[in-house]
Amino acid sequence: MSSRDVVLARIRSALGPVAPVPTVRAYRRDSDLDEVAVVERFAERVDDYRATVHRADPGGVAATIAAILVAAGARSVVVPEGFPERWLAALGDDVAVACDGGDLPTDELDRAAAVVTGCAIAIAETGTIVLDGSADQGRRAITLVPDHHVCVVAADRIVATVPEAIALLDPTRPLTMISGPSATSDIELDRVEGVHGPRTLDVVIVGA
Amino acid sequence: MNRGSSVALFVTCLADTLFPDVGRATVAVLERLGCQVVFPPSQTCCGQAHVNTGYQRDALPLVRNFVATFERYDAVVAPSGSCVGSVRHQHAIVAERAGDNALAERARAVASRTFELSEYLVDRLGVTDVGATYPHTVTYHPTCHSLRMLGVGDKPLTLLRNVRGLTLLALPAAEECCGFGGTFAMKNVDTSTAMLADKIGDVLATGAEVCAASDSSCLMHIGGGLSRLRTGVRTVHLAEILAATDGAA
Amino acid sequence: MSPGDRRLLPVHAPRGVGMLRGSQSFPDAARTALADTQLRRNLGHATATIRAKRAAVVGEVADWEELREAGRSIKADTMARLDDLLIQLEERVVAAGGVVHWARDADEANSIVTRLVRAAGADEVVKVKSMATQEIGLNEALADAGIAAYETDLAELIIQLSGDRPSHILVPAIHKNRAEIRALFARTLPGVDPDLTDDPRELAAAARSHLRRRFLSAKVAVSGANFGVAETGTLAVVESEGNGRMCLTLPRTLITVMGIEKVVPTFRDLEVFLQLLPRSSTGERMNPYTSLWTGVHAGDGPEAFHLVLLDNGRTAVLSDEVGRETLHCIRCSACLNVCPVYERTGGHAYGSVYPGPIGAILSPQLTGVEDNASLPYASTLCGACYDVCPVKIDIPSILVHLRAEHVEAQRRERRVPTPEAILMAAAAWTLADPGRWQNAQTAIRAGRALGRRRDKDAGRIRALPGPLAAWTAARDAPRPPAETFRQWWARTRGGAS
Repeated sequence: MSSRDVVLARIRSALGPVAPVPTVRAYRRDSDLDEVAVVERFAERVDDYRATVHRADPGGVAATIAAILVAAGARSVVVPEGFPERWLAALGDDVAVACDGGDLPTDELDRAAAVVTGCAIAIAETGTIVLDGSADQGRRAITLVPDHHVCVVAADRIVATVPEAIALLDPTRPLTMISGPSATSDIELDRVEGVHGPRTLDVVIVGA
Repeated sequence: MNRGSSVALFVTCLADTLFPDVGRATVAVLERLGCQVVFPPSQTCCGQAHVNTGYQRDALPLVRNFVATFERYDAVVAPSGSCVGSVRHQHAIVAERAGDNALAERARAVASRTFELSEYLVDRLGVTDVGATYPHTVTYHPTCHSLRMLGVGDKPLTLLRNVRGLTLLALPAAEECCGFGGTFAMKNVDTSTAMLADKIGDVLATGAEVCAASDSSCLMHIGGGLSRLRTGVRTVHLAEILAATDGAA
Repeated sequence: MSPGDRRLLPVHAPRGVGMLRGSQSFPDAARTALADTQLRRNLGHATATIRAKRAAVVGEVADWEELREAGRSIKADTMARLDDLLIQLEERVVAAGGVVHWARDADEANSIVTRLVRAAGADEVVKVKSMATQEIGLNEALADAGIAAYETDLAELIIQLSGDRPSHILVPAIHKNRAEIRALFARTLPGVDPDLTDDPRELAAAARSHLRRRFLSAKVAVSGANFGVAETGTLAVVESEGNGRMCLTLPRTLITVMGIEKVVPTFRDLEVFLQLLPRSSTGERMNPYTSLWTGVHAGDGPEAFHLVLLDNGRTAVLSDEVGRETLHCIRCSACLNVCPVYERTGGHAYGSVYPGPIGAILSPQLTGVEDNASLPYASTLCGACYDVCPVKIDIPSILVHLRAEHVEAQRRERRVPTPEAILMAAAAWTLADPGRWQNAQTAIRAGRALGRRRDKDAGRIRALPGPLAAWTAARDAPRPPAETFRQWWARTRGGAS
């Protein structure tokens, strides 16, 4: 008899006859905040994690990204294949852009100063961005190995609550929820930003 | 208002034997508020120590005796959060574990009419000023079972705030357990003592003359420590403060 | 069921493997911990910090109680149809390109993982912090097979480098302070900057550079899972540092060991647990990183994914209707941080990888209560754990239940009752009858002789005889009064009732 059959048989014998249990979902699904307030709340909560929030109108995204990279002294940047080219238009000639179609070696990612991506959904109440591997976000490794992540968030992708976000996500895709830069509280429960994931996170909110 | 009510006093085995003043004070407060207090003499013990040490089978006759003694009364009042907690949350479980579902039903019915003193005063009688006078500085330890098992909230503090002459001093880390825990105090004596030491430190930090609570067991533990250290701080049950009219107690 | 089918009955986690049993009873182990003043300071500071953080972020959630109730009911529903949900999870994982393995116990899980690592041609693995793999002693089993397992979570790294045991579910090195960690890194990390200070920022940076190469070159990663979604086959790992993302993304082979109770029915259920867990655990609105993956994603992450479903005593927990809800635990560790016992003794005293209030109910049920008989008593039943539990596990009631299980097991197994059992039976016999109780009260009153009548110690007993001496070791006892309450009542109200 396989271990599978044994474990399943043990479960059945442990349970015996059981009545179905109703699931109670009386919690909030959405919030009272209007669209403007949702964006404000998102910006405020991202900032709480010691990530840096930037605001730009659609025409100013390229300049904002360029300014962030200049300020960080980043000379090499990775972008996913589907990242809008117009948003890179303001980068100086001294910044090398590597476009990842899934083929950049990990060592090259490790040498890159920064990565710039879009995002699938963002959650205001928790200050979270969610990546789902779409063309403007790329595979998971590119937002992980470089030490600096610049994430462009369209205001209309920001929802208020976790339940609203979960309803919009596709579980068949690889999903990464990011709330601030990598951090640890393992030493005396003092929160320190920056361990293995990107130590710097810049969030550019576009529109609204 | 529900004055003139008839109340059965469950004095608890501990107060009966070691702290009779707590029982007398409970009677005095209830009678002052117009209650008719009866003391059913067949009462003994709620069985909490047995249940909490694992001796549920031994606790069964105690549950049976409690139910038989008190089921004829409309209201049962006890000056102990943990004993009322045991009646409310454990008696039916003990009966069910022994397979006596009829007793479990009766136990649930009695439990629904059994109250800790401050609950009875505030919720049933609707009284927050019992007309007491107690010219002392007091700090109040809320005790875990009153706080979390019964959810009495700030009822004891409300009662104390209306006592004339009493200065209430906030206890730091008030909601933290004093380390008594019934047989825990014996089985895990080192941990219990470490918790007690911190509680005593908090009591002393208030500078109060009196440490009050609604459970004689916790008070016996805290008072035993305060006495051993010769701190001069007295432990007094909430009922004794509420019964005081001339500053005595 | 015929006798031949005994293996189909739930069994406890086997002895001799893993980390569920301590070598000392709780009171003995606690005594050692209580004597360590540095440890008590470290713990007191850390638990106070995390308690305050949790209270702040839970306080801002208006529907916290509704979320707790949802969490409780989803888990209760899960347990009621655990078999079907696991089968569904397996189907979906396989359909998404993963491989599912079933392990009856720690030994089987360890040998499955060992075999998979060897098949991947590796002699080392990187690990994401995982309670399940600690529970089964996976690192030790891999070491016996010549495979090096590298812990990558900062706290786990600290524990591994110091040859210590974890003492907290979330923060395994909570018992160590920054100075102790600095000294450890200076001694054990190759090539570490000799001027390394004890600033947590610098210590984290040292860990980053130490593990960087290892992440980039590892072939196999081993993780646990916070949740496994039956409906979609999605696995979730909730973390902070990015070491989890490294392990889940970079190596070619990913092996996830998941306790069977970690399954949840639907993807939507994550909307509840991803609110409850971070706020209860690290005291954050959301943890920095949550990774969700479903089987193998072409061109993104590992090419091979193995899910090992672990029983190791969980079905025995499931078979106890009262204790069953222990399996609802999402390992947030909020109960540890509020426990006045844990705060003073630390995690090692519990002897198991699961410390604190949840450990006091989980470990004895996984191993059988007699293998961890002192743990259900390692609590004052103050109830602080129940208040903060995000899935409303009634820990105090389960502690009381397990104490009864222990007493009954003793009754069955011993020819001669324990002294405690004799005392308890005698007390119950006395208290079951008002007449006998009054006689006993008379006897107790004789104890007045132990107390002084005059002087400053009047009314106090400073030393009690026999088993009661444990009481007066640190506390005075009250001198019995001249008259019991019932005597007073009879004297003053005689016959009134």
